[in-house]
Amino acid sequence: MAMLNFERKYRVRGGTLIGGDLFDYWIGPFYVGFFGLLSAFFAVAGTLLLVYGAAIGPTWNLWQINIAPPDLSYGLGPAPLHEGGLWQLVTICALGAFTSWALREVEICRKLGMGIHVPVAFGSAILAYATLQVVRPVLLGAWGHAFPYGIYSHLDWVSNIAYQYLHFHYNPAHMVAVTFFFTTVLALALHGSLVLSALNPPKGEVVKGAEHENTFFRDNIGYSIGTLGIHRFGLLLAVNAGVWSAICIVVSGPFWTRSWTDWWAWWLNLPIWS
Amino acid sequence: MRNIIRNGAALIAAIGLLTACGERPPIKTEQLGYRGTGMEQNVNPRIMAELVAANQAGPVQPAADGSGPLASEVYQNVQVLKDLSVGEFTRVMLSMVDWVAPADEKNCTYCHNNENYADESKYQYQVARRMLQMTRDINSNWKSHVAATGVTCHTCHRGQPVPPYVWYVDPGSGRENAFVGTRAGQNSAVTGLGITTIGHSSLPYDPYSPFLLGDMPIRVNGPTALPTGNRSSIQQAEWTYSLMVHMSDSLGVNCTYCHNSRAWASWEESRPQRSTAWYGIRMARALNNEYMVPLTDTFPQHRLGPTGDVAKVNCQTCHQGANKPYYGASMAKDYPELQGAKALPVAVPTDAAAGAVTDAAAATASAPTATPDAAAPAAAAGAPMARAASVRPGAAG
Repeated sequence: MAMLNFERKYRVRGGTLIGGDLFDYWIGPFYVGFFGLLSAFFAVAGTLLLVYGAAIGPTWNLWQINIAPPDLSYGLGPAPLHEGGLWQLVTICALGAFTSWALREVEICRKLGMGIHVPVAFGSAILAYATLQVVRPVLLGAWGHAFPYGIYSHLDWVSNIAYQYLHFHYNPAHMVAVTFFFTTVLALALHGSLVLSALNPPKGEVVKGAEHENTFFRDNIGYSIGTLGIHRFGLLLAVNAGVWSAICIVVSGPFWTRSWTDWWAWWLNLPIWS
Repeated sequence: MRNIIRNGAALIAAIGLLTACGERPPIKTEQLGYRGTGMEQNVNPRIMAELVAANQAGPVQPAADGSGPLASEVYQNVQVLKDLSVGEFTRVMLSMVDWVAPADEKNCTYCHNNENYADESKYQYQVARRMLQMTRDINSNWKSHVAATGVTCHTCHRGQPVPPYVWYVDPGSGRENAFVGTRAGQNSAVTGLGITTIGHSSLPYDPYSPFLLGDMPIRVNGPTALPTGNRSSIQQAEWTYSLMVHMSDSLGVNCTYCHNSRAWASWEESRPQRSTAWYGIRMARALNNEYMVPLTDTFPQHRLGPTGDVAKVNCQTCHQGANKPYYGASMAKDYPELQGAKALPVAVPTDAAAGAVTDAAAATASAPTATPDAAAPAAAAGAPMARAASVRPGAAG
C-alpha cells in the first residue's frame, strides 16, 4: 500500500512489550505487533464462537440470538459447552481481545514517544466490562451473575438486575455514572461546536483561533478552560463515566442486597436529627 | 507524592462508599429463571438470620379431644365456634391468650368479663369474635392465597393485641400542597404518621388506600410495545410502583420474585408466585372492607388512626419480611379448629339470631369476590373491576 511521504518517518522500530522485532511490522496502514495478532485471534475466535452459539440456538434472528452464562449452580467452575461453557469461552476471548488491543495501543505510544493516555482511557471501558463479567460474578460466587451475549437478552438482563434492587435510579454510584455520561456528551458537544465555529468558517471568512474560542466562553460564562484544559476535562469526565459504571454495578449485590431506595436511610439516620 | 495523595483519597472514597453500603460478600443468591435472565433473589445471610429469628412460629397448645359435648351446648353466647367440642373450644381460647393478649395481661380477662364470660361488653370480646370469623374465612375461602398453610391469630398478632404491622390512612405531613401543585404523597421522607415512606423512596407513601381498601386499577402497562391507546399516566404508574415496593419490602423479595421485568404484565413470563400475590391483593382488600372497616365503631378512640379510621391489613401484616409467613412453617395445620366450621352432627338451633346473621353475611359477602376462577387470574385481572366505592389516590394523602 502506498505510503504518504511523511509517514515513513514515524514507522520506527522498537517500543514493543513482547516479541522484540518478531512482530514489529505493519500490514498496510496497521501496526501489527504481538498484541495485534493476539487481539485479532481473540476477536475472530470469539466471533466464531458466537456464530456457533447462534447455530446451535433456536433462532438466527439477529435481535434474539442469546449466548447465556451458566446456571448459578455451576458457581465459578467450568460449565458444559452448551450450558454456558460457550459464554465462558467468549468472555475469555472478549477480555483477551480488549486487553490486547489496549496493549497494542501502548506499543504504538512507546514507538512514538507519547504518553499512554489513550490506552488508559480505553482501560476504563475494559474495567467496566471486566467488573460486570468477572469481578462481580466472582464476588457473588457464580459466573451466572454476568450478562448474556445477545442484543435483546442483555437488555432484559439489565432490566431484571435493576429491579433486583427495586429502583436502580436510587443507586448513588449509578447517579454519579449517569451524570458523568451526560456531562461527557454535553462537554463534547460544546467543544466540537466551539472548534467548528472557529476553524470551519463559511467561504470567504477568515479562520479564527484559540483566542476567539477562549473569548467566547469568557463572554459566555466568565471562564474558559483553555485548549489543553478542555481535553484534560473531557478525559476526566469520560474515564469517570466508565469507572463509576463499574462501581455502581459492583456494589449492587456484593455490597448491597436490598432496595436501593432503602440505602438512603443513612440520611434519615444521621445523628443530627435521628 | 501527588499520586500517593490522589490514590489515598480514591481508596478512602471507595472504602467509604462500601462501608456506607453496610453489606459484604458472601451473598447467597437463588436463580429464579432461565440462566442469564437476571431473575434472582439476593440474600445476605447475616440479615436473613435476623429475619428468620424474628419470624418463628408461635406457641401451639396441645391438641384437644374433638369428642364430647359442644361448647355451644355448655357455654352461653357461643356464636362462631359452635361446632367445637369443649376441649377444642378451650384450646382456641388458651391459644388466643398466648397469641393476642398483651404481655402484661396474659389471661382471659383481656377480652372477657371475669364475672360473666358470656358478657359482650368489652370491645376486645366483640373484635375477637369477628376475627375468629375472619380467620376461618381466610382458611376456607382464601386458599388461593394461603394455600394449605393457612393462618392463625398469631400470623398477624405475634403475641400482641395490635398486630405489629397495620396501616391507617395517612393524614399527610401538611406540606403536600406546598408552592407548586400537589405532591401526590411524594417527596417527603417522613409521612404524617411519623413513619418513613415506603422503602425510603419518593413514591406515593399511601398506596394502601387506593389499592387495598379501594380497588383502583393496579395495572398500568400497555399490552403492546408502542402506545396503542393505553391512557395510564406516569402518576398512576408511581402509585402502582409504590404498592409493588410495599409488596417487595413486606415479603423480603425483589421484583423478579414474581415478574420478568421485560414484560411485567405477561402471565406466561411471570413466576407462579405472581398469581398467589394477585389473590393476596384481593384478600387484603376483602379483609379490610368486610372485617376491619365495619369494626371501626367497635374500637375505642385510642385504637383508631389520626383520621379516625380503623387499623387495616396490608401484605406486611402477615408476611413481616418473609416471602411466606414464618418462612412457610404452618401453625394452622395444628389448628383444625380454625380451618372453618366443621360439619355439625346435629342441626344447630338458630336462636342466636345476631351471630347467625353476622355469620351468614360474612359468608355471602366474601364468597363471590374471594375466589375468581383459579385458572384465570389474567382474564380476571384484565376485566374492569366492578366494586363501586373506590378511593382515589388524590384523596388519600
